[in-house]
Amino acid sequence: MQQFVNTVLGGLTLGMVYAAFALALVLIWRSTRIVNFAQAPMAMVTTFIALQIIEAGHSYWLGFAAALLAGLVLGAVVERVLIRPVEGKAEINAVILTLGLFIVIHALAAVIFGNRYRSFPAAFGIRGIEVGDTTIALTGFGIFTIVAVLVVMGLLVLLFRFTDVGLRMRAAAFNQEVARLLGVRVGRMLTLGWALASLVGSLAGLLIAGGSLVHPGYMDSVVVYGFVAAVLGGLDSPGGAVVGGLLLGLSLSLVSGYVGSQLVALAALAILMVVLLLRPQGLFAQGRERRV
Amino acid sequence: MTRALSRAGAVLRSHLVLAVLGVVVIVAVLTAVGDFRAVQLTQMAYLGIAAGGLTVLTGLNGQISLGHGALMAVGAYTTALLLQDDEPMLPLLGVLVAATLVTLVVGAAIGVAAARLHGPYLAGATLALAVAVPGIALYFGDTLGGEQGLRVRVPDAPDWVLDLAFFVTGQDLTPSKYVAYLGWFTLVVAYVGLANLSRSRVGRRWRAVRDDEVAAEVAGIGLGRARVSAFVVSAAAAGAAGFVMAVSVRLAAPSGFSLTLSLTLLTAVVLGGLGTLTGALAGAALLTFLPDVITDAGVSAGLDDIRAAELAPLLYGLVMVAVILLAPSGLVGSLRTAWHRLGHTTSKGEPS
Repeated sequence: MQQFVNTVLGGLTLGMVYAAFALALVLIWRSTRIVNFAQAPMAMVTTFIALQIIEAGHSYWLGFAAALLAGLVLGAVVERVLIRPVEGKAEINAVILTLGLFIVIHALAAVIFGNRYRSFPAAFGIRGIEVGDTTIALTGFGIFTIVAVLVVMGLLVLLFRFTDVGLRMRAAAFNQEVARLLGVRVGRMLTLGWALASLVGSLAGLLIAGGSLVHPGYMDSVVVYGFVAAVLGGLDSPGGAVVGGLLLGLSLSLVSGYVGSQLVALAALAILMVVLLLRPQGLFAQGRERRV
Repeated sequence: MTRALSRAGAVLRSHLVLAVLGVVVIVAVLTAVGDFRAVQLTQMAYLGIAAGGLTVLTGLNGQISLGHGALMAVGAYTTALLLQDDEPMLPLLGVLVAATLVTLVVGAAIGVAAARLHGPYLAGATLALAVAVPGIALYFGDTLGGEQGLRVRVPDAPDWVLDLAFFVTGQDLTPSKYVAYLGWFTLVVAYVGLANLSRSRVGRRWRAVRDDEVAAEVAGIGLGRARVSAFVVSAAAAGAAGFVMAVSVRLAAPSGFSLTLSLTLLTAVVLGGLGTLTGALAGAALLTFLPDVITDAGVSAGLDDIRAAELAPLLYGLVMVAVILLAPSGLVGSLRTAWHRLGHTTSKGEPS
């Protein structure tokens, strides 16, 4: 029973991170119809920036903020310089482009920061909280993870629902032609969308890194899990991405706890295939059928 | 009808002539080089075989796969399992056929699922495959050797091969060169097969599906069947490549089939220009021989070995991004366009 509770708690914490990462993918997919496979190394490189700052003796929070800011800037630059030329072209071009970017950032990080494992500090305790006389698998940092993702999601909801910029971004994502006719600077909105998505991705990277080891490849499998979570939610819906992330975190945690941690990626693949073949519009989407 | 047949015969003949020329070049080159280069050339051969399969899938049929590294793993592990004993139950050629067939069957299963997906969905699903497969080898550590992997015992070359090699080249055949010949002859057979297929009715169907799904369907082409067949052929090539890799490295281990391998194959295909076998081979050559040069340059520029080794992927990635932004038909494709502009004409859009 205790193992089950701990597995579930661990799954929910991890699920929040996947949810954040899936949300980043969904934000980009909604506006530009591109799955940004380079999201993982982009998050990785901002985490390394945080690590450099922290190891230089500055506070954890300065590193944290710098990483998020770096994510914001990186997302905007990538969209403006690299993605803009392939928007609206054959989808295979964008896929290959983001994979090329994946390789570039990966190699660049290995050249600059080195290819070894380095430990990344956590802001809060990484030992289980004690309830009565049993220790449960929810750590201080785990609670921080959940709260941080919830706060960012709340802010995004506020941005999209209640601000003028959010409305313009939604219009640009919904129909570029019409939005343009209505005076929305669509290009700027797309850049902003990529910047925000990259920020959320960086947050996910920081949260996964906290209290564990980082190296240039540490986010590689997360892009797969984030993608699976996003597809679970229908790839189009931010809410769906969050629920998908939680569901995936939970399932993978159960697989890891009861079957074997080596098969986690295989389980993710199995979930992905089942969803794509049986319910391609995602678990929660209503309305029209969509081709995947 | 007879004219069509004789044209098909001419195409087949021209591919066979190229193959014979290729064999002559291979024998000449492998005779001239030492063992170290022979090992490198074997690497070029297996990358070339897998990239050739991938270029058919991506270039001719428009499906992308990031999972070809995983398919190579299937071929390599099949090879390793069949070559565990000192006295293997199958001759080496039989092992090659078995590795190809097993991968073909796995590829068919994946292809059936993949045929329903397109673009980013297919990329994501095959990416998941590439990440998932090494875990299987770890989970079934007892049979598949876990982290250390399985050793591959390559049987010695049969006497008649040694005699023949001495008769033709005037040298004794070293084990590395034996494997290099195996790899390159596999490549020649695979490329002749792929080139013939892509010039045949099957290949025209693949291209039709890639260019316009609706038009292809109206013309009576089954989309699903065309996609699955392209995936199966491509997977078979990856299986054969996995065989050559396992025999050359003498090991099948999860670390050899990381995501990097799959991305490397895609790089070879993109560098060479989507859809041409010459391009795939050129890409494989670049991926084999460029890293040493770049790494040496990095070391002499003051980087340590590990960092310098990352300069090569950095360059590939940059070229890949540049190719998509500046020359979407790839390096070979762009050269070919330039060639056409200069007033030369060759048959267009066909893999050669």
